[in-house]
Amino acid sequence: MSSRTAPVYGLILAGGASSRMRRDKAVLIYQGRNQLDRAFELVKRHVADVFVSVRGGQMTEPTRAQKPLIVDSVEGGGPIVGIRSALAAYPDVAWLVVACDLPFLSDTALEQLLGERDPRALATAYTSAHDGLPEPLCAIWEPAAAAALAAYQSNGGQCPRKFLSAHSVLLLEPRDRHALDNVNTPEEYQQAMDALDSSAPANSMQLTIQYFALMREQAGRSEETLETSAATPAELFSELNARYGFTLPREQLKVAVNSEFADWSRRLSAGDAVVFIPPVAGG
Amino acid sequence: MRFRFTDAAIDTETARRELLDRGAGGYVSFEGWVRDHNEGQEVTRLEYEAFQSLALKEGDRILAEALQRFPIKHALCIHRVGSLDLTDMAVWVGVSAAHRGEAFDACRFIIDEVKHRVPIWKKEHYRSGDSGWVNCEHCAAAPRHAHGHDHAHEPLEHSVLPE
Repeated sequence: MSSRTAPVYGLILAGGASSRMRRDKAVLIYQGRNQLDRAFELVKRHVADVFVSVRGGQMTEPTRAQKPLIVDSVEGGGPIVGIRSALAAYPDVAWLVVACDLPFLSDTALEQLLGERDPRALATAYTSAHDGLPEPLCAIWEPAAAAALAAYQSNGGQCPRKFLSAHSVLLLEPRDRHALDNVNTPEEYQQAMDALDSSAPANSMQLTIQYFALMREQAGRSEETLETSAATPAELFSELNARYGFTLPREQLKVAVNSEFADWSRRLSAGDAVVFIPPVAGG
Repeated sequence: MRFRFTDAAIDTETARRELLDRGAGGYVSFEGWVRDHNEGQEVTRLEYEAFQSLALKEGDRILAEALQRFPIKHALCIHRVGSLDLTDMAVWVGVSAAHRGEAFDACRFIIDEVKHRVPIWKKEHYRSGDSGWVNCEHCAAAPRHAHGHDHAHEPLEHSVLPE
């Protein structure tokens, strides 16, 4: 990228009316945390500065009030106003804009956007996995979009999707196809909570692995604590085998979970202690 | 009576006394020793290592099975861990029973099961300077013989395959 490429800040859009949900989407709870905090922390892992976009009347709402805010500076409402307000507040900055109703948004999705960004386009965005149209609310908006958005709104335009469709933007196929599944209704909220709860242990959990004998020598350690998405001992072994290159194939090993022999296909839980047992030789 | 580990020499006199019983007409023990050769290699010393939290449970299960399968009075097994020299005792099994037949059978059963089920490993150090984990180094190359060849360090030879 050229030296003139604008730095990227994060913008969480939390000014929506949530009319179909009939509740404020920013404070919906998933896996014990409200969605505004989840989105904020996710984006914060990828860019240094993150702001929350709000309407004038939302500044004192407690969940939002703790965050750095960008308050709508132009009239009209809607996501375009939120994006324009951020571009106006920091004219030399590009914005990684993320809506507050994307509970499945992932590191993979943000990495791809940032990694494949084209700073010469007005925006870098995904095409929807559902209808192939641009997704404006998980996208990078470049400084040059400010003038084009102002012109679009002054002609009566309000829809950021239509804006992207009509302008020079880079569109990407999302590698994480579910990252942009959004939640608009109470039914969708329930489904999203269920999906996140059932996948949470598999997504990532902390395990302790102890190594003995040949396995200890080949891993170069007696014990480690690992953050892993492996759901079973078999998957965990594949992951660790890729790292350490154990000479014994899995068929030669047994496995113990929490100091008891276990099946390779057993579901692992956070905090489990796992031991791969090479052929024994007591006596 | 529980399966146990020690990192010092096994005190067989004390262990034997735990098996005394007025109804016992005999006592059989087995000692596994460190010998100077294995599979054509000259062995100079051994290192034993155990996954103790599971090994203690599995060892206890084996003793309980022996008491269930054979009409014996008491059974005990002690395994040593750490670095052992030639002629050192690595494992001791003791069984007391009313009659000698059951005591022999139960003692044989216990040592066979311990060798195949309890997570204990031994590393052989050779005269050549090489070393290797028994049952682990060859089976990677010849997986079908993983448990088939038994590197016994005691006179009893057997070919029991693990379940």
